[in-house]
Amino acid sequence: MTTTDFVTGILYLVAATLFVTGLHQMRAPSTARRGNLISAAGMAIAVISTIVVALVDDGGNGWGWGALILGVLLGGTYGVGRARTVKMTDIPQLVSIFNAVGGGAAATVAIADFVRHSSTTSLPLNSSIPIVLDVLIGAVTFSGSLIAAGKLQGIIPGQPITFLGSRAVNVLAVLIALAAGVLTLVSTHNVALLVVVLVAALIFGVLMVLPIGGADAPVIVSLLNALTGLAVAMAGFAINNQALIIAGALVGAAGTILTLQMAKAMNRSVPSIIMGGFGTSDTPSGTVGAGQDLTNIRQLTADDVAIQLAYAQHVMIVPGYGLAAARAQHEVAELAKLLTDHGIDVKYAIHPVAGRMPGHMNVLLAEANVPYTQMLQLDEANAQFDICDVALVVGANDVCNPDAREPGNAVSGMPILDVDHAKSVVVIKRSMRPGYAGITNPLFTDPKTGMFFADAKQGLTDIFAAAKEYVAA
Amino acid sequence: MTETLFSNLAIFVLSLLVGFEVISKIPSTLHTPMMSGANAIHGVIVAGAIATAALAHSPIGYVLTFVASALAAANVCGGYVVTDRMLRMFRKPDPVTVPVAVPITAPVSAVADVLKRAS
Repeated sequence: MTTTDFVTGILYLVAATLFVTGLHQMRAPSTARRGNLISAAGMAIAVISTIVVALVDDGGNGWGWGALILGVLLGGTYGVGRARTVKMTDIPQLVSIFNAVGGGAAATVAIADFVRHSSTTSLPLNSSIPIVLDVLIGAVTFSGSLIAAGKLQGIIPGQPITFLGSRAVNVLAVLIALAAGVLTLVSTHNVALLVVVLVAALIFGVLMVLPIGGADAPVIVSLLNALTGLAVAMAGFAINNQALIIAGALVGAAGTILTLQMAKAMNRSVPSIIMGGFGTSDTPSGTVGAGQDLTNIRQLTADDVAIQLAYAQHVMIVPGYGLAAARAQHEVAELAKLLTDHGIDVKYAIHPVAGRMPGHMNVLLAEANVPYTQMLQLDEANAQFDICDVALVVGANDVCNPDAREPGNAVSGMPILDVDHAKSVVVIKRSMRPGYAGITNPLFTDPKTGMFFADAKQGLTDIFAAAKEYVAA
Repeated sequence: MTETLFSNLAIFVLSLLVGFEVISKIPSTLHTPMMSGANAIHGVIVAGAIATAALAHSPIGYVLTFVASALAAANVCGGYVVTDRMLRMFRKPDPVTVPVAVPITAPVSAVADVLKRAS
């Protein structure tokens, strides 16, 4: 071990410590930003020490360094530009794109490592196995994440896309990728075989994500995020770089935990989401109980809602997908502030999957200047619904369906917000259309519930205007 | 060579365990920023791109270096910036300005306190 290697090893350990500390601090809103900055500092240390060791040990030449600088400038400019300008509602697809490029980079590093080796001897297995795995996983996450981003952005239709024989093509792609992978390991340095692995894995990534419904896309993005971590760790094995191994494994673990939690909160299992894409009928029907049967429903106007809110003591706002889709976070925050300034206690009950991915609603509300102390998680919120005078549900449906407590339906067992425990309920919704689970919601026909049919943004604006009259008086 | 492999495997497995432990405790409030933050961390592949650059000695090597570094830089730079943008918005509540309400039960509890002290 040279002195450079030793110093680099120590610096990598420092970087790893900073990554773990950073992630640890991201557990609480008050320290989360600092946590991310600590992790960024770890990244800077890892990058600088890698540059130093590369210059000392290998040297390289002007062309190599030139290509690196050009690439970093282009990629960095693109990444920072998109990160600075993205709308908060579009965060999920941007995360997916950043994940795609990470997977692509991991695969490229492995390919470069493979190509570089002498073409007369075969690679030792402890180097070729990680290379093949890296190319496989990296390529799947690259193409899969791009498709997922397209679905979230709406460029690719959100409905599951399948075509005749898509399942067979899918299986074929996997088999070809695996067979070419094994052949790459046993044959003498065959770049063409590795390219076959690459192409088959890219095709598989596309075919794996295309059939997945838009609502499930965030779970897939999270799963692919975990896989990219593993691909990066494999790259670390291939080029014997501990920073890649540690950081990749951390992200692999993080992504796995997140994926499981997201799927659990949506009452879906990860295998059923993925296998759903393989042609089983596990797709939302979306038609059951449709129709606009308005009997048994108490309809409210903006004025009715405003009176109810203005004379309440405790108000709980339940934001859902409809609020995120209508980009109405500023309107709801404005209404809440009006009520709070009037001395009314206003809190937000946030279901783990409200918004477009877990925690997305919190980001949207934070953007609208809502303090995080007003955002209650599922358990905290459920402890307070009993004393709540008005629960204002904005564009949420399945996450507050009391039928989840009963067995034998599409939402059975899903953790829900106990909105029906509130003294009265107001639901702002565009129509009686069922949510993603495709079933009716008895909350809407509950005698204490009033329905205000409106687009979230317009409805909240109208309620705000009406409420102003009452609280000013 | 097997020694290196073994120590790398040990590092890998222990890092996985640390990852599970650190991350399983994050509240759902922060899942989106956390996912984005973890996403930025796998941008460490930029270190792989640097190593690739130093070892590149052929046109195909330079091209692959360029591709790897462009993709990795977008991941790492964009990832940290967008995560910071999200987390910057999470703010503490304003200093309390709501007038302190005196509960109707205040006199009762005051009397109760006195009685408790007396007994």
